[in-house]
Amino acid sequence: MMLVVEDIDTYYGKSHVLQGVSLKVMESEIVALLGRNGAGKSTLVKSIIGRQPASIGDIYFCGNNITNLASHRIARLGIGALNQGRSIFPTLTTLENIMIGYKNRHNQQWDLDNILGIFPALAGRLNHLGWQLSGGEQQMVAIARALMTNPKMLVLDEPSEGLAPLILNEIGKTISLMCQLGISVMLVEQNVPFALQLVDRVYVMNKGRISFDGHTNMLKENTALLHRYLGI
Amino acid sequence: MVERLDTMYQRLLSRKILVAVIIVVLAVAAPHIANTYTISLLIEVLIFSIFAMSLNLLVGYTGLPSFGHAAFFGLGAYIIAYISGVNDLTLSFTNNILLTLPIVIIGTGIIALIVGSLALRTDGIYFLMITLAFAQMLFSVAMRWSAVTGGSDGLIGIPRPEIDLGVWKYSFESRTAFYYFVVTTFVAIYFGLHNIIHSPFGLALKGIKSNQMRMQALGYKTLHYKIGVFVLAGVIAGIAGMLLAQFYWHASPENLYWTMSGQALIMVILGGVGTLIGPVIGATLMRLLPNITSTYTNNWQSYMGIMLIVFVLCAPNGIMGILLKKLKNNQ
Repeated sequence: MMLVVEDIDTYYGKSHVLQGVSLKVMESEIVALLGRNGAGKSTLVKSIIGRQPASIGDIYFCGNNITNLASHRIARLGIGALNQGRSIFPTLTTLENIMIGYKNRHNQQWDLDNILGIFPALAGRLNHLGWQLSGGEQQMVAIARALMTNPKMLVLDEPSEGLAPLILNEIGKTISLMCQLGISVMLVEQNVPFALQLVDRVYVMNKGRISFDGHTNMLKENTALLHRYLGI
Repeated sequence: MVERLDTMYQRLLSRKILVAVIIVVLAVAAPHIANTYTISLLIEVLIFSIFAMSLNLLVGYTGLPSFGHAAFFGLGAYIIAYISGVNDLTLSFTNNILLTLPIVIIGTGIIALIVGSLALRTDGIYFLMITLAFAQMLFSVAMRWSAVTGGSDGLIGIPRPEIDLGVWKYSFESRTAFYYFVVTTFVAIYFGLHNIIHSPFGLALKGIKSNQMRMQALGYKTLHYKIGVFVLAGVIAGIAGMLLAQFYWHASPENLYWTMSGQALIMVILGGVGTLIGPVIGATLMRLLPNITSTYTNNWQSYMGIMLIVFVLCAPNGIMGILLKKLKNNQ
């Protein structure tokens, strides 16, 4: 088991956002976390990556209890997280954006060459500043940088946001490739069709709870649920 | 014609080596071609350039708005005063730069480590207030505790440094010798900073300035990087303070005052934040302008203020920002 979230409650001050959320991600698996705006998806991500720790319950990653660990420790254990929006450094070049993820760790699996093998489009853009890149390129840079940290799991918060369909297709392929490379992916999405074509298992969140958990096909057949929680 | 001149100018610029050679020749020849007043001014400019470059590490590269950087500038001056100064209050046990420089570095470094470890747990305006409060605290100690610090007179009798290897000894007592000493220090610090800024550590600082949380998500313990750069900036400011005290033979509480921190900030903003050469340009302007304009007016500071406002509004990246933009457009 890669990630185990066990019955967690997370608060923002007095506001009780997550209420008894449990979730699992296996090795080399892509899991989608769906739900409407304000369902608690981003809060769950923040609890996992140490930004807004859970007050009750536990989170394990590769057997380590990470519930109350600092963000940078969780990252070093192997969770690479991409925030909502473009998570690049706008004033650094593409090359710097990628290399900033490289920290001379032991067993470095990635270097610039094999990163550019996955994202050949970035090879000609290495000296451009982050803000000069297109939305799709920025997303690729963000994933490339996350790979440089040797992640065992990637948490992608709405990678589809604001991307053209063609680019979205590219990002989708990259996400599938991650899973073939043995990296688990937790895909947090509002774009339900995009997510459903990529993943085997789905969690649907509603009002701070998990309201559905099961295989993609089960969700596809359950039109009532799709309509009720996802508005489709 | 103008175009041809322009391309020639471009070629010249691209030949960085040629420029470097000219600068080196000028720097070496300066004491032989310029008068003593100019040399004194040059020494001052170089010392304040070092001070401004150190502050730029915090403000420009890491995004830490320190308003108390004079604390370390003054500390460097007072530490050298205690170990080498010749008067009733000081220890005056050595003036050998091989001993005094490490003591200044360690002294300012330890204080910067303590202050940084506390202040860097806050951000933005709170960080600014803590650094300001610390510097003002040192200033009032220097002013009030006259029995130890010499009060408002400061500490006098600080000699220019010497190198003492036992068998061989050299003193930088003369203005010319001290000028070369300051130039060497400046060059060493400039290239040292150049290497640091282009190292993974420097890249991490830029990342922290851009987005601290993102850096944590990449596994960086950002507090350690910030403390690291705070200590580095404090030490370099301390060295600048040491040089100024040796140049004037005097450590003054003025070196610790908030206007000194403010001056350094203005140098950085005027010259260009986040560039290596920017603070040097800013320091040059800030030291030269009063000398030039005082012939015509007594209110040079008012003009300086107007200039600063214009720069902040119209050219937030300072003189270097304008130059870089021009260079880019020409290409």
